[in-house]
Amino acid sequence: MPDPYLDIRELRTLLDGGQCSASELVEAHFARIEHINPRLGCYLRLHEQAARDAAADADARIAQGERSPLLGIPIAHKDIFCTKGELTTCGSKILEHWRAPYDATIVERLAQAGVVVLGKSNMDEFAMGSSNENSAYGPVANPWDESRVPGGSSGGSAAAVAAGLAAAATATDTGGSIRQPASLCGVTGIRPTYGRVSRFGMIAFASSLDQAGVIARSAYDVALMLRAMAGFDTRDSTSNERGVEDLDDLIANDGALSSANLRIGLPREYMDALKSAGYAATLDAARCELESLGMRFEDVSLPSTFAAIPAYYVLACSEASSNLSRFDGVRYGHRGEDAESLEEVYRSSRSEGFGAEVKRRILTGTYCLSYGYYDAYYKKAMRVRRVIRDEFARAFESVDVLLTPSTPGIAFKRGELAGDHIAMYQQDCFTTPAALAGQPCLSMPCGFDGGLPLGAQLIGPHFSDARLLGVAHAFQQATDHHRQRPAL
Amino acid sequence: MTEKSLDITYLSRLAALRFDADETIRAQADIARIIDMIEAMQAVKTEGVEPLAHPHEAVQRLRGDQVTEDPDPGALQTGAPAAQDGFYLVPRFVE
Repeated sequence: MPDPYLDIRELRTLLDGGQCSASELVEAHFARIEHINPRLGCYLRLHEQAARDAAADADARIAQGERSPLLGIPIAHKDIFCTKGELTTCGSKILEHWRAPYDATIVERLAQAGVVVLGKSNMDEFAMGSSNENSAYGPVANPWDESRVPGGSSGGSAAAVAAGLAAAATATDTGGSIRQPASLCGVTGIRPTYGRVSRFGMIAFASSLDQAGVIARSAYDVALMLRAMAGFDTRDSTSNERGVEDLDDLIANDGALSSANLRIGLPREYMDALKSAGYAATLDAARCELESLGMRFEDVSLPSTFAAIPAYYVLACSEASSNLSRFDGVRYGHRGEDAESLEEVYRSSRSEGFGAEVKRRILTGTYCLSYGYYDAYYKKAMRVRRVIRDEFARAFESVDVLLTPSTPGIAFKRGELAGDHIAMYQQDCFTTPAALAGQPCLSMPCGFDGGLPLGAQLIGPHFSDARLLGVAHAFQQATDHHRQRPAL
Repeated sequence: MTEKSLDITYLSRLAALRFDADETIRAQADIARIIDMIEAMQAVKTEGVEPLAHPHEAVQRLRGDQVTEDPDPGALQTGAPAAQDGFYLVPRFVE
């Protein structure tokens, strides 16, 4: 059985060299999933037959001489992405029996690239959560310490990659749902520039913030996956028409940056808010490493960072209250029993189908959009959003990339914050600002504290995704934090 | 924000949700705490700042007024709790 922690490039060498087939790879993954998944809960369900068929097809294509970066590579899809004919629950009871009638654009594109989809990964219900404790189908455990959370909402994707149960996984990030779990699980995850990856077939939470991305074992692997997923899509009205030449160049250049003389900004508000001395020391070591690679550092200021969490919760909840109105018990999903009127169909279906956190956010959004509060909350939050975006734009006049912590600290204990939703929301304090501004950003492993992984966040100007991946790749060429593996 | 100014019964009707008495009390406390947390953004000076709805300020892209897909209503209705002859079934609401 091949090492379950090989990265995509290493797997490519084995597959193309005939040392291992895609079919053997799939069987090895299913055997490992059967052994480990009951403890971790990363996968909600497996696509066993489809994966075996896709692997056999990949083997035939490889035997015929086809060479393609992702051909035969085993991945997981977050259960927020529609997969035709397969269950797509978004972690919610309201979609318990729903089978998607079409594929999401990224599912389609990755299939064209030849990946083998092992199954669908667990997530917080409708991507609302920072611990993966809000899934209607049970929590996910952190592979580094099963008494701790993996982060959320893409906790299943992050934990699956960290546990060697998939080479990569798709994920989504509305306020931090890729970067926070990537950080807590010791893997690399990117939230691309807003509009870079199609949202078609991705179940909506907050449309002006939702962005699809990737979690993998290295920045280079992330680049390979992102290259296959990104690009204009007529079926998403917010898809950007910009091409993917920057990612092509990065991959053609073997992940190397065209210039190592980058200016990196350290936002002082982020560093001031970081209370963990161990984390601060780890970030400082990462700074030194990047300096030794030729990058120069300077302090920058993003003074309205403190308002990002409040503005984010107004906007995300408001958009969610609108987006989730489609779940009405009429067109798809769960229908409440014994409803005798149409209004009762709506109310009972939604009350029985949605979990507590989803209801809390729908109520919050309904309040912020209601008569008398719209200007004070929703419109104000949109103004704050512009202020935050403009502060990023000003910072990027003097630096090329920002380096920050990804999270307030290491993974917290399961149940520790379950009763305090405000404390849970604060876990995204370093990830929501860039989400509001639509900046590309990633989290990469940068060290450990007490044996648990820590992530460094890189944030860049709009459409600098390839630059961020190049910086992360350079860092990973010089360090081995991303090569560490949990004892499972 | 005080909990008294929050009318959970009214909000839950707007949101098409239903809460029993205990849930209403919990929701009242929970939403009040969230609104209190949100108040912190009022400290940002935003006089003269235009609201930002889209991070790139993009406008809605329009396509030509022509059929581009051939939707299959039957496939779209396979997930409906109750459907018949291409229609969704709901309790009678017009007498």
